[in-house]
Amino acid sequence: MAETLLKVPLLKVDGLQAWYGESHILHGVGFEIGHGELVTLLGRNGAGKTTTLKSVMGIVEKRSGSVTFEGRQLVGHPSNEIARLGIAYCPEERGIFSSLNVEENLLLPPVVKPGGMSLAEIYQLFPNLEERKRSQGTKLSGGEQQMLAIGRILRTGATLLLFDEPTEGLAPVIVQRIGEIIRQLKSRGFTILLVEQNFHFAATVADRHYVMEDGRVVDMIASADVQQNIGKLQAYLGV
Amino acid sequence: MFELLGIPPQALFGQLLLGLINGAFYAMLSLGLAVIFGMLNVINFTHGAQYMMGAFAAWLMLTILDIPFWVALVLAPLVVGLFGVVLEKVMLKRIYHLDHLYGFLLTFGLALVIEGLFQWKWGSSGAPYPSPIPGGTNLGFMFLPTYRGFVVVAALVICLATWYGIERTRLGAYLRAATENPTLVRAFGINVPRLITLTYGLGVGLAALAGVLAAPIQQVSALMGTNLVLVVFAVVVIGGMGSIMGSIVTGFGLGLVEGLTKVFYPPASNTVIFVVMAIVLLVKPAGLFGQTK
Amino acid sequence: MTAQRVMGVALLVAALVAPWFAYPIFLMTALCFALFACAFNLLLGYVGLMSFGHAMFFGISGYFFGHVVKAWGMAPELGILAGVAGAAVLGAVTGALAIRRQGIYFAMITLAFAQMIYFICIQAPFTGGEDGLQGIVRKPLLGGLIPTKDDRVLYYVVLAIFLFGYGTIYRIIHSPFGQVLKAIRDNEQRAVSLGYEADRYKLLAFVLSAALAGLAGATKAMVLQFATLTDVSAAMSGEVVLMALVGGLGTIIGPVVGAFIIITMQNYLAAAGEFVLVIQGMIFVVIVMAFRKGLVGELADWWKSRRPAG
Repeated sequence: MAETLLKVPLLKVDGLQAWYGESHILHGVGFEIGHGELVTLLGRNGAGKTTTLKSVMGIVEKRSGSVTFEGRQLVGHPSNEIARLGIAYCPEERGIFSSLNVEENLLLPPVVKPGGMSLAEIYQLFPNLEERKRSQGTKLSGGEQQMLAIGRILRTGATLLLFDEPTEGLAPVIVQRIGEIIRQLKSRGFTILLVEQNFHFAATVADRHYVMEDGRVVDMIASADVQQNIGKLQAYLGV
Repeated sequence: MFELLGIPPQALFGQLLLGLINGAFYAMLSLGLAVIFGMLNVINFTHGAQYMMGAFAAWLMLTILDIPFWVALVLAPLVVGLFGVVLEKVMLKRIYHLDHLYGFLLTFGLALVIEGLFQWKWGSSGAPYPSPIPGGTNLGFMFLPTYRGFVVVAALVICLATWYGIERTRLGAYLRAATENPTLVRAFGINVPRLITLTYGLGVGLAALAGVLAAPIQQVSALMGTNLVLVVFAVVVIGGMGSIMGSIVTGFGLGLVEGLTKVFYPPASNTVIFVVMAIVLLVKPAGLFGQTK
Repeated sequence: MTAQRVMGVALLVAALVAPWFAYPIFLMTALCFALFACAFNLLLGYVGLMSFGHAMFFGISGYFFGHVVKAWGMAPELGILAGVAGAAVLGAVTGALAIRRQGIYFAMITLAFAQMIYFICIQAPFTGGEDGLQGIVRKPLLGGLIPTKDDRVLYYVVLAIFLFGYGTIYRIIHSPFGQVLKAIRDNEQRAVSLGYEADRYKLLAFVLSAALAGLAGATKAMVLQFATLTDVSAAMSGEVVLMALVGGLGTIIGPVVGAFIIITMQNYLAAAGEFVLVIQGMIFVVIVMAFRKGLVGELADWWKSRRPAG
């Protein structure tokens, strides 16, 4: 269901299918994101939201269909090439490296395009990371690790950021802080695709919401229309 | 001079030096094995053959092309390292998705082929290689051949340089991260397959470098690698493959233990490292510096 | 099922008339190595543990046999028992330690222990050092009833021993014990959570495998009348892996096929000297890269694919 609402979408996904071994997870996903938009993928557990992010990034075993970024086809290319086009990924499990300290974790993703934030700017955004920059990456608390996972992709110059459940398992205070950061990132011009279970959080930051079910996009609801459709949304999410 | 437990100092320090030298090679080779295993999850049985190729390369360079030791020290690891790169791209890369035992079997087969070919062409008796720094100094409590002293120092430098390269540089950070989570590192834009190939080449080059250093000390023969690598496996099990520094310390340490055993109870010197392995397995199965993976 | 039965009977008939068509010493050597390879495969194919030091059981057993028969002058039956017992004890000791790690570490540990045994054998007086034990006289079996000096007669003895060993393995695999082993191989954590003490099972399998390898080694010493360092060498350990691999790891008959192929090959290439190693190495490489199921495994696959689906 990819409506061409936007003139030149930054990311356009059409008929995306994905498999893990024999399991057919995505059955033809379609959506688009415009420059500077923040769009969410909502849905119950197992709907295929994480797999969709991974498919965009090119880290599923097998995918078919079309994923275009700035007009270029991503399907058929390995993940390191996709990253170099300007897409950055913040995984659900955060992926902080235990054999690297905080600063090494921050500096790990290479700069792929000009215009990324400098290390100093990232430390301004996350002063607690600067305090612990020599600590082993995995010695940080869950919230700090999430900040680290967000912080390290801001340096790369990537313009499209993929976030997989950034608030999962975190205390409300930290969830608020992450919300502020994501809103700041949006105002800086980043385009963001956000997967979230926590609908209340998603509603505070997003322009549009796509709802997924059984490996397909089944609905799209603009931020302005959320209140009218709250019943439908709650049904989709099983709350 | 003093005597320790009835052993004259010359004998004691002579054996300790020998032990230190053996330890130097144990350290260099177990380091290479550990680095390769970390990235590729393959136990490179070919390591011994590649060490031998390094020594042979130096010998051939000298006897056929008149290339002196100091040049061979740089050229031989490059040549053998390149050979390793080809091996990785043509064969190893294709079996990463399989059980790790297949990597062991493949590298074992390759070791047989390489050693068999060298043995077939040059026989199994060794060829001598002249010492690049002949002579030595009398230190009073022992006689120190200059080249052997150089080898210990060189091995330490090489090991520490490798440690520094992995633990303190950006490229080393890429390596450490890719060892932990190659998929994510690739998703950041780093060409992980190429990094893997490079790592294997580096490990092989390290083995070859050790081989060049070994040439003036022992006879260059087709079988010099296998005998060594079997002991290095025990060293690796003892140290665990968790840390670079751990491999270095274990290697040198076990060399010294072997040397001491030779002084006080010679018949056990061949087997003492295996006995240590048995003890470590009883007490700390993951290895002295290992983490259960 | 009947196809298998027919093949089994055919093989048995062939085995019974073989000494009239082939050189008995060659057949006996091949049978000994076939048993050795089957013992190895019990551990790898059915428990998932690759021992890269199995030669230590094969070789030490040969030494025990030689010592009992030659130095102590006792009957060959006792020599074989001594060999099997010695291998089993060695298996228990090394197995208890090796089991503490898995996969590749297990392989390296068994390799290291085998090296240790090799070095001990070089030095220990009872092994005869570099020369080994030579000229072990063939004494008659069963108190004089079976004249073993006749190669053809001895062949049937060896065949009986082989069939006993093979039968034991077959029984083990198809017993409840064997089922537990397979469960451990496929998913150890699950087996443990079901209440099985995986380590005990693995150790028992290891000891059985060692004992059977010992049976093969003692028999070989009896046939060829010598026991040397080669029998405990890393090369020998590698060879038995090769035999099992060539034949097919997941099958019972695979290692037998593999052993016969490798022994035949060694006979033909005896003149080539060190080049045999190159060929063996290349076979390893080719099998790992392209024919992982081994000859029997690939043939079985091909046979299945010929039938229409259904």
